[in-house]
Amino acid sequence: MMPGILSTLIWLPVLGGLLLMLLARGGMASQGGAAPALPRLFALAVSLLVFALSLPLYFGFEQGTSQMQFVERLPWIERFGVEYFLGVDGFSMPLILLTTFLTPVIILAGWDVIRERAAGYFAAFLVLEGLMIGVFSALDAVLFYVFWEAMLIPMFIIIGIWGGPRRIYATLKFFLYTFFGSVFMLIALVWMYLQSGSWSILDFHALPIGLTEQVLIFLALLIAFAVKVPMWPVHTWLPDAHVEAPTGGSVVLAAILLKMGGYGFVRFSLPITPDASALLDTFVIALSLIAIVYIGFVALAQSDMKKLIAYSSIAHMGFVTLGFFIPWAIVANSGGTDGISLGIAGGMVQMISHGFVSGALFLCVGVMYDRVHSREIGAYGGVINTMPRFAAFMVLFALANAGLPGTSGFVGEFFVILASFKAGFWYAFLAATTLIIGAAYTLWLVKRVIFGAVANEQVAGLTDLSAREFLVLMLVAAGVLWIGLWPQPLTEVMMPTIENLVDHILQSKVPE
Amino acid sequence: MMNELVSDLSAVRAEAFLAAGICVLLLFDLFIRDRHRDLTYALAMLLLAGTGWLAATAGGDGRVLAFGGSVVVDPLARVLKVAAALAMAVVFLYSRPWLRERQLFRGEYYVLGLFALLGILVIISGHSFLVIYLGLEMLSLALYALVVYDRDSPIGAESGMKYFVLGAIASGTLLYGMSIVYGFSGTLNLGELREYAAGLDGVPVFLLVGLGFMLSGIAFKFGAVPFHMWVPDVYQGAPTSVSLLIATAPKLASIALVIRLVAEALPELLVTWQVILMTLAVLSLLIGNIVAIAQTNIKRMLAYSAIAHVGFILLGVATGTTAGVEAAVFYSIVYVVAAAGAFGIIMLLSSRGAEADQLDDFRGLSQRSPWFALMMLLLMASMIGIPPLAGFYAKWIVLLALVEAGAVWLALFAVLMSVVGAFYYLRVIRLMYFDELPGGAPVQAPGDFRLVLSINALLALALGLFPGPLMDLCTGLLG
Repeated sequence: MMPGILSTLIWLPVLGGLLLMLLARGGMASQGGAAPALPRLFALAVSLLVFALSLPLYFGFEQGTSQMQFVERLPWIERFGVEYFLGVDGFSMPLILLTTFLTPVIILAGWDVIRERAAGYFAAFLVLEGLMIGVFSALDAVLFYVFWEAMLIPMFIIIGIWGGPRRIYATLKFFLYTFFGSVFMLIALVWMYLQSGSWSILDFHALPIGLTEQVLIFLALLIAFAVKVPMWPVHTWLPDAHVEAPTGGSVVLAAILLKMGGYGFVRFSLPITPDASALLDTFVIALSLIAIVYIGFVALAQSDMKKLIAYSSIAHMGFVTLGFFIPWAIVANSGGTDGISLGIAGGMVQMISHGFVSGALFLCVGVMYDRVHSREIGAYGGVINTMPRFAAFMVLFALANAGLPGTSGFVGEFFVILASFKAGFWYAFLAATTLIIGAAYTLWLVKRVIFGAVANEQVAGLTDLSAREFLVLMLVAAGVLWIGLWPQPLTEVMMPTIENLVDHILQSKVPE
Repeated sequence: MMNELVSDLSAVRAEAFLAAGICVLLLFDLFIRDRHRDLTYALAMLLLAGTGWLAATAGGDGRVLAFGGSVVVDPLARVLKVAAALAMAVVFLYSRPWLRERQLFRGEYYVLGLFALLGILVIISGHSFLVIYLGLEMLSLALYALVVYDRDSPIGAESGMKYFVLGAIASGTLLYGMSIVYGFSGTLNLGELREYAAGLDGVPVFLLVGLGFMLSGIAFKFGAVPFHMWVPDVYQGAPTSVSLLIATAPKLASIALVIRLVAEALPELLVTWQVILMTLAVLSLLIGNIVAIAQTNIKRMLAYSAIAHVGFILLGVATGTTAGVEAAVFYSIVYVVAAAGAFGIIMLLSSRGAEADQLDDFRGLSQRSPWFALMMLLLMASMIGIPPLAGFYAKWIVLLALVEAGAVWLALFAVLMSVVGAFYYLRVIRLMYFDELPGGAPVQAPGDFRLVLSINALLALALGLFPGPLMDLCTGLLG
C-alpha cells in the first residue's frame, strides 16, 4: 500500500533524520574543523524533497470546501478507539507548506555555521520538521498530542547543545513551561473522549458540552496554547529560548512552533468550546491587547537584538489571538456578524506572515552574529557601509515587521484592526497603537544597527552576504512580498474553512 | 482425588518447576569450578525460560482455582509471571559482566535471584493469606541476602540491616492485619473473604483496622510514602546488580499483592481503601518527585523516581474499577522496562571496575557513546512520559481510568507532579548531551549485554509506537 502524502511528509524527514543520526556517528566526532559535507547535503536533499512532495497539497487542494482533505485513517490503538487519522483543511495546509518551505532555509542557514556535531544538528531539524507536520495534520487527539509533545525533545536538544552561554537554563525553562501547559490539555482531551467515545477531533467539534465543563476545558486548552503562542503573562520562556537558541532554532521557534498555539485555538478551543469562548473572550482579548501594547514597549527597551525580536514576536502574536477572539466581541457590540471572518482570516494571515518576517529577522541577526559574535545593538552601527546588500534585506524585513503596506506584515494586522473596529473603537485603537510602537522599536533598531557612521573596527571589517546567505534571505523575502502584494492565493484556500468555523462557533453547544 | 491433585499441580507447574530447578542448580553449582561458573548462569537462564513458558501456558485461557481455592491462575497471573521471568532474565544478563569484574560472580547470586522469583510467582498466584505471606517472605528473605551480597561493602551491610529490620516490621504489620481479618471473618481464603464482606451489614471497625494494617504492610513492600524510607538507602547501598533486581521484578509482585489483597478480595470496602490508597499515592507522587530533584546519586534518584511511579500505579488501583486495575498493571510493566534499562545503562558505564552511580558519571556520555546516550535519552523520556515513548501511554491509560472514575482533580495533581518529575530526568539528558567530559574513554561491554540493553531501550519506544498489543494483553485480567 502506498503511504498517503501526509504520511510521507511526516515520516520521510523523521526517518531521514534518524538515518542521518545513525550513519553520521563517525562524522560527529570531527569537531572544530569544517562541517562534514555529507550530512548537510543529505539533510538539504531530504528537506527539498519534502518541500517538493508538499506542493501537491496546495495544487491538489480542493477549494471551496471546508472538508478535511488528503485524509488517511487507520486504526491504531483499537482498544481505546485511537486512530492514525490525518487530514488537512484551510487552516493546516498553509502551515504545513510554511514548515516545508522554511526547513530547507533553516538547513541552509546552518550550512557553514554549525561545526560541532553538525550531523546531529541537521538530523534534529529533520526530525522536528516531520513532527511539526504531524501536529498540523493530526485529526486524532492522541496522535495530535503525541506529535505535540514529541517535538519537545529535538527542540530541547537543539537549544541545549548548539545554544548560547545560558542555553541550559533556557532550554529547561522552555521544556518545563511547554510541558506544564500541555498536561492540562491532556486531561481535557481525556475527558472529551470519555464523553464522546471517540478521539477524533472532528467528533469533539460536534460534541455538546455543558457550560461549566466548557469553561474548564477552555481554560485547560488556554493554558496549553497560551504558553505556546506565547501570550502575556506566560511568555517569559520565549525571550530566553530565543536568545540562547542557535539561529536555526530561533527561526523554527518563531516561525513555526509559536504557530502551533494559534493553530490550537482554531482547531480546538474555538470549535470545541464556543460558549466558553463567548463567555471569556474579553479575558483573552485583554491579554492580547496587553501583549500588543505592553510587550511592544518592552521590546522598545531591549539592547539585545534577539530579545527585541522575541518581544516583537509576542506582540505580533497578540494580533493572532485578538483576531481569533474578536468574533464574540463583534457579536456582542454590533449585533451583526460582519467582520467575524475577517478577524479570523487576519489571525491566520498574520501567523503565516509572522512566520516569514520573524524568521527572516532572526536569520539577519544570525548573519551578523556569525561575523561579530555579539547580539548587542551597541556593538553595531553603520552596517550599511560595509554590507549594503545585507542592509537592503534587513530594512525590508524591518519594514515588514512594522507593518508597511506591500509587505506581509501589513495584511494580517490590517484585517484584524478592521475587524476590531466592528467590535468597538477602543479595541481597534489599542490594536492600532502597534503601528506606532512596532514601527518605533523596529525602525529604531534599524537606525542603530544599520545606519549611521561605522561604529567600530569590527563593523568596518564586515564582509557582505555570501551567495548562500543571499539565497536564504532572498527566499524568505520572496515570501514576505508575495503575501504582502498578492495575499489572495492564501486567503482563497482558507476562506471556506473560516466561513465554516464561523457558522459553527456562532451556534451554542450547550445541550438544551 | 488423583485427578484433582494433577490439576492442582498443573496450575502451579511453573512454581514447582522453578523450585525443583533451584535445588538442582544449588547442587550443580557446588560441584563445578569457578572457571565453569558460566554454566550456572546458563542453567539459570534455562530455568527462567522453562518457568516463563510454563507460567504462560498454565491454566489455559481462563481462571483456575487450585488447592482448595488458595491458589489462583488467571490472566493477571500469567501476564505478571511471564513479565517477571523475563525481567529476571534481563537482570541476570546485565549482571554477569558487572559481577565478574568485582569477583562476585558466584552461584549464590543466581540461586537467591531465582528464589526471589519463586516468591514473586507465589505472591502473584496467591489466593489465600497464608500463600501470599509465604511468597512474600520467600521474596523478602532472598532480597535481604542479596542486598548484603557484597559482604565486604560497609554501605551494603548498612542498607541490608536497614532493609531487614524495616522489612521484618512490615511483614509483621501485614501479618498482624491478616490475623485480625482472619480472627473475625474466620477464613484465610480470599474468595471466601470476599463473600463474607459482601454479606456484611455495614462495615465493622475491626475489619477496617485489619485492612489498615494490611495496607501499611503492602505500602512498605511497595515503597509508598510514608513507608518509603528504606527504598533510597537500599537502592543506593546494594550492589548495582541487586538494585536492578529489586527495582524490577518485585514491583510486579507488589502490584499483584495490592490487587489480590485489596481490589480482588475486598471490593465491598472500596470506599475505605480507596481513600487510603489515594493518600498513599498523592504523598508518593509529591515526595518522590520533589526529593528526587535533590539527589546527586543516580541510584538514589531512581529510587525516588520509583516512589513517584508507585504513586501513579496506586492511583490506578485506587479507582477500584477494572480499567484502573488494568491500567496499573500496564503501568507497572512499562515502568519495569524503563527501570531495567536505566539500571542497565548504569551497569554498562560501571563495567570497567569503577562505579558510575553518580549523576556526574553521565557527563558527556553523548560523546563517549552516542548510541547508549540515545538509549538513555529514550528511557528517561519514557519515565517523564513523553510520547511516543511507552511511559506516556502508561500515564495516559491511568489518567483515562481516573477521569472515568470522576477523579479529575487527582488526575490533574498527577500530571502536575509529572511536570515536576520531568526536571530531574531532563537533568540526566542534560548531563549526557550538553556537558562535555574531556578524555572520557569509550564505553566497552560484552556484545550480548549491548544488544539486550539496546533492545530493552528500543522496547520502550516500540511499546510507545504500538502500545495496542500490550494493552490488549492487560485486558480482562481478572477473568
